[in-house]
Amino acid sequence: MQIDEKESTMDRVKVGLAKRYRREKRFRLFGLGAIVASISFLGLLFVTIGANGWSAFQQTEILLDISFDGEQFDVDNLSSANYGALVKNSMRSLFPEVKGRTDKRKLYKLVSTGASYVLRKMVREDTGIIGTTMKIWLPADDEVDMFLKGYIQRDVPESDRRLSDKQVDWIDRLVADNRLEKKLNTTFFTAGDSREPELAGIRGAVVGSLFTLAVTLLLAFPIGVATAVYLEEFAPRNKWTDLIEVNINNLAAVPSIVFGLLGLAVFLNVLGMPRSAPLVGGLVLTLMTLPTIIIASRASLKSVPPSIREAALGVGASKMQAITHHILPLALPGMMTGTIIGMAQALGETAPLLMIGMVAFIVDVSGSVTDPSTVLPVQIYLWADSPERAFVERTSAAIMILLAFLISMNAIAVFLRRKFERRW
Amino acid sequence: MESMSATLDIGDVSFLGANSMAQEKIVLTDEKVGRENRTTVGNQFIDDARMTCRDVNVYYGDNHAIHDVSIDVGRNEVLAMIGPSGCGKSTFLRCLNRMNDTVDSCRVSGDILLDELNIYDKSVDVVPLRAQVGMVFQKPNPFPKSIYDNVAYGPKIHGLASSRAELDAVVESSLKKAGLWEEVSDRLDQPGTGLSGGQQQRLCIARAIAVRPEVILMDEPCSALDPIATATVENLIAELQEQYTIVIVTHNMQQAARVSQRTAYFHLGDLIEVGSTDRVFTNPRHKLTEDYITGRFG
Repeated sequence: MQIDEKESTMDRVKVGLAKRYRREKRFRLFGLGAIVASISFLGLLFVTIGANGWSAFQQTEILLDISFDGEQFDVDNLSSANYGALVKNSMRSLFPEVKGRTDKRKLYKLVSTGASYVLRKMVREDTGIIGTTMKIWLPADDEVDMFLKGYIQRDVPESDRRLSDKQVDWIDRLVADNRLEKKLNTTFFTAGDSREPELAGIRGAVVGSLFTLAVTLLLAFPIGVATAVYLEEFAPRNKWTDLIEVNINNLAAVPSIVFGLLGLAVFLNVLGMPRSAPLVGGLVLTLMTLPTIIIASRASLKSVPPSIREAALGVGASKMQAITHHILPLALPGMMTGTIIGMAQALGETAPLLMIGMVAFIVDVSGSVTDPSTVLPVQIYLWADSPERAFVERTSAAIMILLAFLISMNAIAVFLRRKFERRW
Repeated sequence: MESMSATLDIGDVSFLGANSMAQEKIVLTDEKVGRENRTTVGNQFIDDARMTCRDVNVYYGDNHAIHDVSIDVGRNEVLAMIGPSGCGKSTFLRCLNRMNDTVDSCRVSGDILLDELNIYDKSVDVVPLRAQVGMVFQKPNPFPKSIYDNVAYGPKIHGLASSRAELDAVVESSLKKAGLWEEVSDRLDQPGTGLSGGQQQRLCIARAIAVRPEVILMDEPCSALDPIATATVENLIAELQEQYTIVIVTHNMQQAARVSQRTAYFHLGDLIEVGSTDRVFTNPRHKLTEDYITGRFG
């Protein structure tokens, strides 16, 4: 009787067991599926951006024989020389058979308008080259670039193509002469924005982003940490501090464009700060990231074991000494992680910066926090909005740069946490 | 309100009753154990006391945690405080160096005197007080720093050492007094958190004595240690007694019997009985004390 009972229990357990294991397996598969799905979405994102963007790191250049004719230059006023004519002369000598105004214009269009700036810069740097003839690689027009990269198809009817049959002919001849080549696109990393894709670069936006983030970091980190320390260690617990706490938590959830409107109303209109400046951008992003930093800092202060505080107070440390000698060093990795996450959030922020005019078309690379500037995400937005085909790849390339910044910031956060985290 | 006035009455009685009356107290019977029978029995007052506590009441918000405790702590004696969990012995201990100040809702009334100085006086600064009355906690809590820095921290912040050599000497003598020097002298730069539990606790004792306190408070210092480490710490307490006054809270009655000269028994916020350790353990005068030490509850 007893044995029978025991057997039936075992049997029942076994029946149930199979079911339990099935359930567990199902759950595991489900989790695995979720991970695979999210990784493939991420992969898709990176692959598309990479595939679209990598070609932007190359730029077609054209080799021209430029003769710096002495008669063209006035040594006292080098800027007034007609550098465009130098390029045109060179093109004409390459294709002497081209006659007629329209055809000539089409021929000249193969070279970027930026070519004359390159020549002007060369002459300015070394006036000795006047009177000589040099072989120089100059940027080709973005249409030529697109043609060589295969984005403009040869077999499309001429009327539907950005390049005419004659131009395609000339390009073929230039390629055959080894006068057209794809080279590393240094302009992309050294120039500011431009209406001409081949002259547009990311540098202005990167510098703008760095200035903006520097302002944000310098303001948000000390203010955030000081707020967190005061609220956590000194403030009495009463309805006022409760109210402050609730409001800080609420501020973390406020849409960022609201901060942009506030910046526009207060910093620009009331305080009269300069439009489009990284200083104002940094102030607005400070307001936006402060709640994140305060919440993270308070959490990391809370996570310091009370025994450490007691130990410090027990040997006669004052409250401030206990905080600065023991609690802050232990809480700092968490605070830094929170700050870097807040900074990464600020780096990717677009909406509030649109409100304070950082969306303006700015060609110069800004030299200080009060110079007009734009930032990476806004630059991406601007380029994505541009009609030229060549801006498509530049948009993706700019996204790659932004992602590289974000990934390295997160890597720094992980590194700092690993390095300074202490266990007890 | 009624209970308040009742406790105040008891306070008066215990204060006036002092030594002579307490001697003749009869052991109370089970049925009579109640609020009115919690008057302290035994000899809670002594001549030439280092610390004097009179009518100490502690409140956590609305919770009245300690009722009218009056007791003296003698020079170079080890006073053990025993009692069941939640009886207020740790709370009372933490009043002696104002560690309870860190708890917002905590309120202390009554007088606690350290050598004629009322430590709860408004003019008293807790920083020098805590240098005079050191503390060792239940769980070993070394700073996550080197062994050297752990011991040197107190002297450093109080400016007790004027040179590096002097500081080295303080660290060495403190570690020697704590019986830890032999074990760690070759690795002072290693983190204190890497030591074993017993070593960590002795490190904490070294840290406490490095600031040359007059009184050392120990809050269940051995509860997280194994028997061997416990024995080491107990021997250490016996040695430290020559120089320091020690108040130790313990839930281990054997430990109280081994290390202390006087024992105080707390019960639900009341100080029930105080006396020489031998007397309290062999001949308790109060029914509650007897029940506790014979293991009927606790």
